Amino acid sequence: MQKLYFYSMKSVNYHSKLSRILLNSLTSLVVFLVSFSVNAQDVDVERQKAGRKLFNANCASCHKLNKKSTGPALAGVEERRSNEWLKAWIKNNAALRASGDADAIAIYEEYNQANMTAFPQLSEKQVDDILYYTTVGDPVTSGGGSKGPDAPVLESGAPKWVIWILGAAIVVAFLIIFNLLKTVSELKGAPKTPGLLGQSAELWAGIKKNTFLHVLFVIFGALITAYFLFGNLSKVGVDQGYQPVQPILFSHKIHAGDNKIECQYCHSAAKHSKHSGIPSLNICMNCHKNIAEVAEGTKVVLEDGGRVVGKAELDKEIAKIYEHVGWDAKELKYTGETKPIEWVRIHNLPDFAYFNHSQHVTVAGVKCQKCHGPVEEMEELYQYAPLTMGWCINCHKETNVDLKGNEYYAKIHKELAEKYGVEKVTIAQLGGKECGKCHY
Amino acid sequence: MASNKKYWQSVEELKEGSVVETLRGKEFVQELPTDEFLGDKETLENSSTSRRDFLKYVGFTTAAASLAACEGPVRESIPYVVQPDDIIVGVADWYATTIADGFDFANVLVKTREGRPIQIMPNKEANGVTNARVQASVLSLYDEKLRVKEPRKGTTQVSWNDANQEIIAQLESLKASNGLVYLMTGTLASPSTEKIIADFTAKYPNVKHVIYDAVSESATADAFEAMYGKRALPNYDLSKAKVIASFGADFLGDWQGGYEKSYVEGRQVDSGKMSYHVQIESNMSLAGANADKRIVAKPSTQLHALVNLYNAITGGNLPSQATPIDGEIKQLAADLKKAGSKGVVLAGINDKNAQLIALAINKALASTVIDTKNVSLTRQGSDAKVAKLVADVTSGAAKGLVTYNVNPAFSIAGFGDAVKKLGFSVAISTQDDATANATQFTLPAPHSLESWGDVMAVEGKYSLIQPTIAPLFNTRQVQDILLQWSGATTNYYDSLKEFWSTNVLGGASWNKALHDGFFMAAVPAVSEESTSEVSEEATGAGFSLSAAASAIAKLAPSQYELNLYTSVALGDGKLANNPWLQEFPDPITRASWDNYLTISPADAKELGFKNPIKDNGAIDGNYAKVTVDGTSVTVPVIIQPGQATGSFGLALGYGRTQNLKEEMQVGVNAYPLYKNANNVQLGVTIEKAGGTHKFACIQVQNTLAGRHDILREASLKDVNDTSLNPKHTWNKPFMVSYDHQETEGSARKVDLWDEHDRTLGHHFNLSIDLSSCTGCGACVVACHAENNVPVVGKDEVRVGRDMHWLRIDRYYSSTVQNDMSIDEFKAEFKAKLVEKYKNAGAASEEEAKQKAEKEFHKFADQEIERRYATEVLGLSKGDLFDALENPADNPQVTFQPMMCQHCNHAPCETVCPVAATSHGRQGQNQMAYNRCVGTRYCANNCPYRVRRFNWFNYAENKEFDFNMNNEYGKMVLNPDVTVRSRGVMEKCSMCIQMTQATILKAKREGRAVKKDEFQTACSQACSTGAMVFGDVNSEDTVSKLKEDRRAFYVLDYIGTKPNVVYQVKVRNTNEA
Repeated sequence: MQKLYFYSMKSVNYHSKLSRILLNSLTSLVVFLVSFSVNAQDVDVERQKAGRKLFNANCASCHKLNKKSTGPALAGVEERRSNEWLKAWIKNNAALRASGDADAIAIYEEYNQANMTAFPQLSEKQVDDILYYTTVGDPVTSGGGSKGPDAPVLESGAPKWVIWILGAAIVVAFLIIFNLLKTVSELKGAPKTPGLLGQSAELWAGIKKNTFLHVLFVIFGALITAYFLFGNLSKVGVDQGYQPVQPILFSHKIHAGDNKIECQYCHSAAKHSKHSGIPSLNICMNCHKNIAEVAEGTKVVLEDGGRVVGKAELDKEIAKIYEHVGWDAKELKYTGETKPIEWVRIHNLPDFAYFNHSQHVTVAGVKCQKCHGPVEEMEELYQYAPLTMGWCINCHKETNVDLKGNEYYAKIHKELAEKYGVEKVTIAQLGGKECGKCHY
Repeated sequence: MASNKKYWQSVEELKEGSVVETLRGKEFVQELPTDEFLGDKETLENSSTSRRDFLKYVGFTTAAASLAACEGPVRESIPYVVQPDDIIVGVADWYATTIADGFDFANVLVKTREGRPIQIMPNKEANGVTNARVQASVLSLYDEKLRVKEPRKGTTQVSWNDANQEIIAQLESLKASNGLVYLMTGTLASPSTEKIIADFTAKYPNVKHVIYDAVSESATADAFEAMYGKRALPNYDLSKAKVIASFGADFLGDWQGGYEKSYVEGRQVDSGKMSYHVQIESNMSLAGANADKRIVAKPSTQLHALVNLYNAITGGNLPSQATPIDGEIKQLAADLKKAGSKGVVLAGINDKNAQLIALAINKALASTVIDTKNVSLTRQGSDAKVAKLVADVTSGAAKGLVTYNVNPAFSIAGFGDAVKKLGFSVAISTQDDATANATQFTLPAPHSLESWGDVMAVEGKYSLIQPTIAPLFNTRQVQDILLQWSGATTNYYDSLKEFWSTNVLGGASWNKALHDGFFMAAVPAVSEESTSEVSEEATGAGFSLSAAASAIAKLAPSQYELNLYTSVALGDGKLANNPWLQEFPDPITRASWDNYLTISPADAKELGFKNPIKDNGAIDGNYAKVTVDGTSVTVPVIIQPGQATGSFGLALGYGRTQNLKEEMQVGVNAYPLYKNANNVQLGVTIEKAGGTHKFACIQVQNTLAGRHDILREASLKDVNDTSLNPKHTWNKPFMVSYDHQETEGSARKVDLWDEHDRTLGHHFNLSIDLSSCTGCGACVVACHAENNVPVVGKDEVRVGRDMHWLRIDRYYSSTVQNDMSIDEFKAEFKAKLVEKYKNAGAASEEEAKQKAEKEFHKFADQEIERRYATEVLGLSKGDLFDALENPADNPQVTFQPMMCQHCNHAPCETVCPVAATSHGRQGQNQMAYNRCVGTRYCANNCPYRVRRFNWFNYAENKEFDFNMNNEYGKMVLNPDVTVRSRGVMEKCSMCIQMTQATILKAKREGRAVKKDEFQTACSQACSTGAMVFGDVNSEDTVSKLKEDRRAFYVLDYIGTKPNVVYQVKVRNTNEA
């Protein structure tokens, strides 16, 4: 998450009220100049690093360097305000306002009287480091990156088509040799052997006469047919691997994988309810209020044909959230015009099967990945498990219930221990295989 | 069981060779017409479809269907944009609110899922009681057919602003010309609304507020006002009563809101004390069915008897007439006097004189049961004021009319036409009923579940109404409308809060009151009223008992009298478009989808009315033309055992048509006969009319195949007698002969099934106390709502395809007099055995006797008694019909809720060829719908007849156009329970979705399940506590009840080992 903020400085002032077109055309120039100027000064890398760390930990939720957010953009703030004033403000802005400082009050009013947290715990040096960071900005990564891991590795072997051609040439050569040898022997007066066709005709006649082979073929054919028929019919209605196109190209990999957002942060109903819950848009906005763009170089590789979706398109996907939730990204406020997102449901249990997430997530402590697969690696989500009854039952048969540590099981554990002298029971033994537990 | 007490369900059963006997043997009354086709060789041969063709088609369709099924539909999931904080998708929220529709007043808890109310349960903390209608009212919220959706003028849709502007202009001009405008509402009992109305009438002094109760209790309120100076209804705490005498008051049904909770509290058998309840009535009502003693009397007789009772108690000498029940009244007077202040008299006739006498008797007894301080405010209408309103509107003296949620155009004859002539008329209405279609303006009002509000149904107890869903349509609350008309700028919510903080809460928390749904205000101390004797002459307050009595004495009994009542299902008719209630079988007649004239067997014989039963189990009836004072209606007739000869009963509330679904337009409007708002009409004439009516009545369907050993009754005297061992006397288990030993039938050692270990984990049992069950049927509707039980419609109910998972069987019982005693029968039985051995070639008479004696002892006493019962007292015996005819005039009634018994050794499980029904370790008999192939073997093998077959798809099927066939109605479905499809069997699941949810909640919170935490929908809905559910392997109440001396199992001698346990019904026979 923080990485995203931090790189976003390069797409300068997207939200500012200045002409966007002008800025867009100037972006590269500005970036160049900024990086140039930064490079021109001798940047104290240590201080910059320390400041960046502090900034990300304390300020980034409301401030960005080059973009207005909950609070003002902070790049170059040292040029606008005196160091003393800034320190006073950061350490206790309420006190500064109470002292009647006109600037402080003006800022407070400008940002809708949003109270900024006081940071009395920051030392003078830490504040200076933060301010240093706001002045020098992010360390510039050099473009190209020939040493990067993405650089193509040259294959040592020959290309595949060469192998194919060579193989074909060898076969042709053998055929030629065989024919030559045959002609030579015929010329030498050997009896003419029946051709390849003649041989197979003889073979076929033999097969036709052999009843045992007939029976064998029929049995084999029947078995094969049954095997494939059963295999295919049992897949009817099983949508393992189902990966529909969603209205928003949402990448679980970016969220749960790269940024390590806890599954239940968004799917918060899973611990209380039968449904895991698709997050409502206000949950998205908890972060996306501040993240309007993905980081430079972010890309999503689509499963379908391997199309690569880059930053420009992904930013449009984020804009879709704003459109649905009614967020005016320029004015930074809600318009009140909302329209819900119609996601395509991937995991469809039939109506007659009852499944409860909280039983598995909260009570049993099953990891989400056990049924949903490596979601944190999925660019586009797909159905990982077959979700068939056999799949459910197998797990219920094999999994031991942890009877300890939950007061609910205390009595039954004692009774079981007394009766059968067991320490461990499977879910099925506790009745988890009964029809009525899932079908009602 | 007393061998001379016989149970029966319909009069038809008592006749020789009755079709009922044939029907009993069948689980499904209609045979499939396979023989018609297959049995006829010629048809079969002529058919163009050969067997091979048939197989081809089957093969092709199967293949096509499976191919089509390969591709699943694309389903969308649409999350909230901003999810409300208190909603977790998939978790139910409960809100405390109040239902107050002018007829039913109840503190309830509403279950909501994702913002949709799906079920209503009583708020037991607030002493709430729900009947079938309150339970079902959640479905009326989603009634898109009947609800008003947009404000309109005439038939043109208008905006709220335009409508309000125009109405205010009209009000202003009428104010200027001082034109009388009536504001007509039902009983609101809402303190804050009353204030708003007062403000409104202050602004427009030409507006007069009149309260109109479609079913009036005005006489009681008038009488109470005359005697106590406050216009209200007295309240009763029947739990304190020792003797209850009710004259036609169905206080377990709808009389003044119903008193079943306190009634049953006063009848707890195990406390050893039970009130003695005498019901004097003409119709067979719920109260009469539960009474210890029921005295059948025509309405006029009841009136006279009431005065006679007064005279007998006070020794007074008010003018009266002699009645045929004078002897019984004398006895009752003695009982009441003995009970003293613990006695109470209730009168259900809307006649001021009768009510005055009843109040006077209670005063004479110094009854503490009647509460004259914390009075009931649930019926505030005044007949005189309503009559004046009707006269003014009809004559044109009134210039305008505003109605709110009343339907006088339906319930007052000719009123609709008069309204149409008015220059200014507005209906503020939830329902698009006859009145809403007669007025100029129709303004949509929200349903209770969409509204804010407050209610004071009983003095001092304030209840709050809070919305549980955002308004479905473009509605505004009446309070908001009136505020706007009065020119106020506040909205009702603020005004309500303001009103509560200044007038009600007295500093207490609004949020807490809202959370609880009610608030008990400190009742201001009232000075002790004088306990002075009531004088028979005028007592200064403007009434005179002697005048009242002489008015009653002047009433001459007429040949036929009519007692109008409200049915348990429809009440005053507000919920007539509610399919759950239409399909709800009447507790007494077991008929649904109809109202009808109840008539005594004797009158039926005399007038030639019959209720023939068809061979498919359906009941037909004749029509009767009933005339009261020149107004006639033609109604179908049902013969009702226990109806007073010379009297008829007819339910109000049926026969509505305006905007009702076609299926719901059933019954006959009886309001035209409700003259002077009196539920008793004398001087009725009746004649037979032509035609045959088809009833949807399930009284002969799903019987227990003539196994009448399913009910047990005892008298309080026997139960209290500790010297008696119940196992040998009043709760005798069924005995069978095993190994020449008399053994309890249930304890047999030979069993088809293996024993499970039932001591581990949960084991659920349901206990049903037949003494506490009043038969009200709230559980039936609760079960519908919880389990998505489909409504099948009148035609399907008629042929026995109703889908009720829970039914309440009603049994009549009569004591049979017979010449042959049991001892004589035994002697004869022995003699027959001797004869048998003689004929078999016994060497000597002595040997034959010995052999006979030996064989005789093989028979258990019970077996002999059973033979005695079937061979001598046997029901379908013609010679006994006469013997029963008298008792049939006044049979005793017992209710028995019957649902899947969840047998530990279930016959249904054994016969299922696909193992779709199986037994759970927790005692529930489980039904996997997706596994069922519909052989129906299980239903045939179920001795309790509780399995239901889905003959059709009832959801999404325009042939069954009820709630499951429209987008609004489907919102009431419980998302945790499957909606079953065609061709599968279903039945009570013991609410496995609720028990599982309770277990899961405990697991999640890491605790053991709390005591009595397990509930089913029926046990939760039961206000009287007759149904108790729980885990018998825990401390739950039910584990004690299972071992109770009153506990018994139905038909346990066939070895089913049910998990539903019943408690013997106890009657207080008033013996020492």
